[in-house]
Amino acid sequence: MTWETVIGMEVHVQLKTRTKMFCRCSSDYMGQAPNTHVCEVCLGMPGVLPVINKAAVEQCLKAALALECDVAEWTKFDRKNYFYPDLPKGYQISQYDLPMSREGRLELDGRTVRITRVHLEEDTGKSVHAGDSLHGAERSYVDLNRAGIPLMEVVSEPDLRSSDEARAYAQALRGLMRAIGASDADMEKGQLRAEANVSVRRVGEAELGVKTELKNINSFRALKLAIDHEVSRQISVLEGGGSVSQETRGWDEARGVTYSQRSKEFAQDYRYFPEPDLPPLEISRSWLDSLRAGLPELPAAQRSRLEAAGLSASTASLIVSSQLGDYLDAAVAAGAPLAPAANWLVGEIAPNLDEREALPADRLAQIVVAVEAGRLNREQGKQVLREAWESGRDPEEIVRERGLEQVSDDSALEGWVAEAIEAQPQAVSDFKSGKQQAFGALMNEVKQRSGGRADMKRASELLRQRLS
Amino acid sequence: MLARLGLEPGEEDFYAEQLAGILGAIERLQELDTEHIPATAQVVEVRSVMAEDEPRPCLTQEEALANAPAAEDGQFVVKAILEEDS
Amino acid sequence: MTELHEATVTELGERLRRREVSAVELADAQLERIELLNPELNAFLRTTPELAREQAQAADERLARGDAGPLTGIPVAIKDVLCVRGVETTAGSQILRGFRPPYDATTVARLKEAGAVIVGMTNCDEFAMGSSTENSSYGPALNPWNRGRVPGGSSGGSAAAVSAGLAAFALGTDTGGSIRQPAALCGVVGMKPTYGAVSRYGLIAFASSLDQVGPFTRSVTDAALVLDAIGGHDPRDSTSAPRQLDVMGQLEGGVAGLRLGVPREYFEVEGIEPGVAASVRRALDVLEEAGAKLVDVSLPHTEHGLAAYYIIAPAECSSNLARFDGVKYGYSDQTMGSLLDTYLRTRREGFGPEVRRRIMLGTYALSSGYYDAYYLKAQKVRTLIKRDFDEAFERCDAIVSATSPMVAFPLGSRTDNPLAMYLCDVLTLGGNLAGLPGLNVPCGAADGLPVGLQVLAPQFREDVALRVARAYEMASGVMTEVAPV
Repeated sequence: MTWETVIGMEVHVQLKTRTKMFCRCSSDYMGQAPNTHVCEVCLGMPGVLPVINKAAVEQCLKAALALECDVAEWTKFDRKNYFYPDLPKGYQISQYDLPMSREGRLELDGRTVRITRVHLEEDTGKSVHAGDSLHGAERSYVDLNRAGIPLMEVVSEPDLRSSDEARAYAQALRGLMRAIGASDADMEKGQLRAEANVSVRRVGEAELGVKTELKNINSFRALKLAIDHEVSRQISVLEGGGSVSQETRGWDEARGVTYSQRSKEFAQDYRYFPEPDLPPLEISRSWLDSLRAGLPELPAAQRSRLEAAGLSASTASLIVSSQLGDYLDAAVAAGAPLAPAANWLVGEIAPNLDEREALPADRLAQIVVAVEAGRLNREQGKQVLREAWESGRDPEEIVRERGLEQVSDDSALEGWVAEAIEAQPQAVSDFKSGKQQAFGALMNEVKQRSGGRADMKRASELLRQRLS
Repeated sequence: MLARLGLEPGEEDFYAEQLAGILGAIERLQELDTEHIPATAQVVEVRSVMAEDEPRPCLTQEEALANAPAAEDGQFVVKAILEEDS
Repeated sequence: MTELHEATVTELGERLRRREVSAVELADAQLERIELLNPELNAFLRTTPELAREQAQAADERLARGDAGPLTGIPVAIKDVLCVRGVETTAGSQILRGFRPPYDATTVARLKEAGAVIVGMTNCDEFAMGSSTENSSYGPALNPWNRGRVPGGSSGGSAAAVSAGLAAFALGTDTGGSIRQPAALCGVVGMKPTYGAVSRYGLIAFASSLDQVGPFTRSVTDAALVLDAIGGHDPRDSTSAPRQLDVMGQLEGGVAGLRLGVPREYFEVEGIEPGVAASVRRALDVLEEAGAKLVDVSLPHTEHGLAAYYIIAPAECSSNLARFDGVKYGYSDQTMGSLLDTYLRTRREGFGPEVRRRIMLGTYALSSGYYDAYYLKAQKVRTLIKRDFDEAFERCDAIVSATSPMVAFPLGSRTDNPLAMYLCDVLTLGGNLAGLPGLNVPCGAADGLPVGLQVLAPQFREDVALRVARAYEMASGVMTEVAPV
């Protein structure tokens, strides 16, 4: 009995604006003392009224365009009513039946994930539970700094089929948000919050299984783990003859399990109604056009362009998903050939980007060109790269200083080849009797004797000549 | 319960009785044919009101908490938020 | 020469500018009178003597510099639903006892800028819900004309204050008639502007799509002056209209040639007292003699207005009042175990019965499965009512009728019967549903109690309503009197 996993994602993205969604408090609240980035409006005091942040609307529209959505000509806000201490007004201003945009798509390694809707709302404050185990003495503490921060909700259709896909989807969304400047989308900072709606069904079944909503996921890694765990859990429940309850489940990072939070059967009645304090918003096509014109090259387009220029699909994909497209362009503009530059990017730059800022593209270009031209061998190239990156010095200088230039002079090479042959008589006879691997040992010897500077390509030619 | 009003048992019925008159009038609204009538969400023709993304001064923490029934370490204090409360 | 406490804003302004009296003297006189009469009338929930003296002093400085406006130095009373920075503002409720807002409502800020002198916060039905001020959790205000009777509501305190000469003018709010109706019952001028003409920022919200702030005064000219000062676009209120009103323009234009619509249904409403009807008909005769043309019009959906109003207003208020949860401000009962207990006890103890009734009704009207039949339906009926007015205004320039079907009724006579109380607003709430400007101007008495004439105009045509009312004042010789106390 094979099971199929079905996942839909609900992702909330904090938008990068200077002020909150409905008031002009500074949105720069991270790490600040509690309740210092609040005003009477975001505190929900009596008599206050919301005013829409234009920049937040624009960020959301840019995201909608980047996700190829149909953008509404008229959109409005609605009140979502429920009680919670971190929800100061007792309702959240969100969007219900006339959201900013609908029906978009995200390309994921050749697969299309359909986007149901992208809409705008306000974030809630934060509450922290504290106290001892004595019931009645326990309290919660509420900080409303985050209340009112602009939040964009992206909902996907249940088109994802594995935890890896779900993670890739979340990462792709992050990449997109960063590329268009709508958000830094850092999951650890809570700027991107992912919730997964997970269900399973037998392969071939058309109907969807009962889904659970997974929350409290704080990293891409946790997203995969949580989904994997939940899928196994659901499968074992179903195989055991039971049924899955439609509910919200939290991810417990420490114990590595999902736990039931709330039964979704008795879903909250949010009593949505149009927000009477905010008139509807018209989204003119000319406004959209000007926003569209200001967007950078989007990932899908960039991937196509790089592939058309000669990169393999997988390299192009890797470059784009690591947001290195612009960097690659810069390196190419500085003289590096495309494919080698891409390889160096993928192999040497991308893995180390977490620790420090990238090496200036023109510097990388210098090194790539040097290696391609045969001045440095690959090993030397790597050395120079490392040093140039760490010290910030000019690669040329480093090469000169270390005397690292590759030696391609035949007489010098022949000298080392002769030395290697003399030093490895066993390898020579092995090779001559048909053992191809022995060639490698001799090449190594040449490399060592040359202090790593030999032009290994030419050396290998000379070595073969000598041995034949 | 949705309104968190803390009604005692029987109170809801008592209020419903008091409201019987207006509830009757409300039921009579169903007699009106409004199928092709648009709803008036906003009675005046204002549209597309937005503000520029320019920060304005916030309240101080003291001002924000000045009216709080319970506050500690700069935060509002409430009874513990248990899952069942939401 | 009229007594200080009887003078209109216009008269006081002249006397202040002529330095016949100083703003400080005026403020002191007003505060003294309040101290004398308020314990019985309960028009004020609290006075603001320190603030008043500070403002009066500043006003005197401006007057000395020749830098004064029409409201500089004039004593004003503020309904307890409008936030005044640092001053206890409770909306007539226990749930906001002790609440001091850290900001001013826009209308309050504009009055402060104009140099007006705030003498105190006036009594009102809790959260502006009511038509008699008996729903105030601080005891009702009394009608200065007859202490056994209600002043109307919800802005009963403001109406009584102006009627008893405790302030030269007052701010009130009108959601279903809460300025016009108490103005009628207390015999003063009261005006509700077009929805959006005056900022709602800082007005403790009852029904967002219906609420408006407006003046209580002792003359029509005064009402125009105050409206001019407080009205106009506010960037903090997204529903505020971008247009500036022209209120003073045609004020003295008279009614010759104007067509006044007389809606048949408004004279046939349930409970309309004969004395009221007679008084209003006499007023219409006066206007006709002054040159107006009376035209029969019909507002066919009038009978459904009450129901539509009592779905929309409670629905919006049920949401607006959700913020009173005992967490951030106001009353809080945290004595019992859980958070849910806090919500339930705080709201049970903090809200009075009428507020709870309306929250219940509103929650029900918005709940899943009922939204279409109730809230959505009511908003559609609202469209029908607005269309009634639009059609009527094609045949007339203003609509005239009684403001309240009855004169001030005895305290306690309608408190057991919500529907009887709701019926007080049948002639006024149409104006709120359609977003129209409307005002009450006193037009005589019945059984010794004031009767008021309501004038409704098309949206943003406050100038027409004021002009008609002014013409009536001049032609009838009926000027607003301060009740003998």
